[in-house]
Amino acid sequence: MNLSFVTYRIALPVRILLILLFAVFAIQTYGQDDVIPDKPNPQRLVNDYVGILKPDERARLEEKLRVYNDSTSTQIVILIVKSTEPYPIGDFSFQVGRKWGVGQKGQNNGLVLTWVPSTRKVFIATGYGLEGAITDAISKRIVSQIIAPHFKKEEWYAGLDEATTEIIQRARGEYKADASDDSDAGDGIIFFLIIFVIIIVIIWISRNRGGGGSNRNRGGGFFPVPFPTSTFSGWGSSSGNWGGGGGGGGSSFGGFGGGSFGGGGAGGDY
Amino acid sequence: MSKGLIIVIVIALIFGFFGCSTYNGIVGKDANVGEKWAQVQTQYQRRADLVPNLVNTVKGAANFEKSTLTAVMEARSKATSVQLNADQLTPENVQKFQAAQDQLSGTLSRLLAVSENYPQLKATQNFSELQSQLEGTENRISVSRNDFNAAVKDYNVAVRTFPANIFAGIFGFSPKGFFEASQAAQNAPTVQF
Repeated sequence: MNLSFVTYRIALPVRILLILLFAVFAIQTYGQDDVIPDKPNPQRLVNDYVGILKPDERARLEEKLRVYNDSTSTQIVILIVKSTEPYPIGDFSFQVGRKWGVGQKGQNNGLVLTWVPSTRKVFIATGYGLEGAITDAISKRIVSQIIAPHFKKEEWYAGLDEATTEIIQRARGEYKADASDDSDAGDGIIFFLIIFVIIIVIIWISRNRGGGGSNRNRGGGFFPVPFPTSTFSGWGSSSGNWGGGGGGGGSSFGGFGGGSFGGGGAGGDY
Repeated sequence: MSKGLIIVIVIALIFGFFGCSTYNGIVGKDANVGEKWAQVQTQYQRRADLVPNLVNTVKGAANFEKSTLTAVMEARSKATSVQLNADQLTPENVQKFQAAQDQLSGTLSRLLAVSENYPQLKATQNFSELQSQLEGTENRISVSRNDFNAAVKDYNVAVRTFPANIFAGIFGFSPKGFFEASQAAQNAPTVQF
């Protein structure tokens, strides 16, 4: 009915363009896996998807890690999940760390401690920047000598608390919190802007030369093409600071910084 | 100047600009693939460097079966002999590279499996340290391989999708190979002589 009428009205090149756009989107969304959990909202450092920690324990850990993040910008995430299938626990941890952006961009001082209670596995994944302070061997030792003994006795909170204390001590002095927020605008945008301007100028010249003809002078200004200034919102103005949506009560965590992981860390079971 | 000529010039310009930006885009993706490939090689090299240490430690600590050790050393020399530059990353070459590395992975995991039978070996500090280093290296290999695959996918999509593939053809950008999820890593390794 109406629909066919609409598609008929759309000119062929436009339709091709639409199909192409669709194809691009289809390719981009294809292969996205949802096994890796999305970034929590509001963002937090202690993520218990199993519900094994008591609320006050969770809050105490969160507070501890948040304070540490505020003073050093080093971000430690505790992640408790039901399963990491189909990935090995290590791979899973690296992917979460990257997807959430744990640690600061450029410094990569993030750490993800993943715990799967059902398979009794723990893994500490260190961001690139922490690989020096917390080597694989140290990660392994933290898991096998601090976490495992406590977890065997089902002292979940004590294990996590002591492990994070050890990590905090090891990483002490590696990083300082600073509020440098440099967001570099893409060069590509500038390039396209230049092309855009050149094309407009060409059109403008051609219209002036071609002259004659119909009523060309609609804008009146320099640009013959209608160019509402209100749509140009300024490229630099969008601040790179997110987490504004979060909020929530009292002291809240400022948000992950975009750190990256390269496979550092180690784990074990208990 | 006639109107037709102007239209032709404008179209040619747009086409030219589009070609330039596609070309630059592909060059950027190509460079990214090369960078990720360097990572892959670094990590595999790191593993290869660990192997002689591991073999010596095992040899020194236990009366270990010789066949496993020679298999590891052979696989190592084969793996290090297959080196690819960033501009040789055709699907066939990458497959060859992967086959050689997977062979080494297989023999190494067999070595570690057999070493379970030697408690006195497992108790040595040296061995457990090497083992955890090896584990860490395998983790880094897997991350760098994933990164490489993502970069290749990005590049291949750019080279193959419609308007860009014309320019890719003109400038000689061909699709690159990537790592397959390896059979050898999943199945228990079998060593043949």
